[in-house]
Amino acid sequence: MDLKLGHYNKDGIEVVDVEGEIDVYTAPRLRELLIDLVNKNNYQLVVNMEKVEFLDSTGLGVLVGGLKRVRAHDGSLDLVCTQERILKIFRITGLTKVFGIHETVDKAIAAKKSEK
Amino acid sequence: MATVEVTFTPLPAHVRTARLVATAVARRSGVDESLLDEVRLAVGEACSRAVEAHRRHCPAEPVRIEMTDQDQRFVVTVSDHAPTVPARPAAHAPPGDGTAHDAPGHEAPAYEAAAYEAIGYDGGSALPPGFGLAVISGLAEDVRVLSTSSGVSVRMSWPSAASPS
Repeated sequence: MDLKLGHYNKDGIEVVDVEGEIDVYTAPRLRELLIDLVNKNNYQLVVNMEKVEFLDSTGLGVLVGGLKRVRAHDGSLDLVCTQERILKIFRITGLTKVFGIHETVDKAIAAKKSEK
Repeated sequence: MATVEVTFTPLPAHVRTARLVATAVARRSGVDESLLDEVRLAVGEACSRAVEAHRRHCPAEPVRIEMTDQDQRFVVTVSDHAPTVPARPAAHAPPGDGTAHDAPGHEAPAYEAAAYEAIGYDGGSALPPGFGLAVISGLAEDVRVLSTSSGVSVRMSWPSAASPS
């Protein structure tokens, strides 16, 4: 399955919906979207990965790149993910300690608001 | 003789095809369903690494995958022909003879250094070189990386149906 991307603003936080496979072929599209959002002054991002079917290290690299970009503006990038097969790659790379990972978009937004 | 052998031009679009083929052959070889996600991801990582190496050094040369059954294990070898591309799994993989053992549910501390390094890494990618191989080492039960002057081979294996374990 190809990659489908969408985004919307909720309570001042930009939510990125990702569906499909994030790999060496499709990851550049996600990278471009994250860069575009940051260039448009969106520094509080939530990436919803509940419909992601596959994620490899290229995809991790894009997410880490996005995190670095928003952090440069004192922002944050949190993830929504409950799928064990996706969470596993975050665990084995230690990135569970780098990203905030939440069960739902609403919980991710609530966590971001409580940080402010 | 390999059960299945695939060669493909080093284009990112073909990595997904390689993953699908490897997963299908693994299933056919009797690899447990619970391991198929690991096979898919590990083979994808190895192919992505090889594609990137070929695109930099020899874009006309194909990437090669061999899948076979050996001693009750499903063995996948991904080979590139990119010269002098440094393989750096040792920086993040467990020490020893190149064999890494997965520990289900365990957060491998060795990889955390790579993750934190990634945050401060200023290279062309957001993650340091060798990160994909570190991921493979965390996924596959058995991994061996052979780096020679003519290229890098990543050999991974998983137990197949006939395995006594």
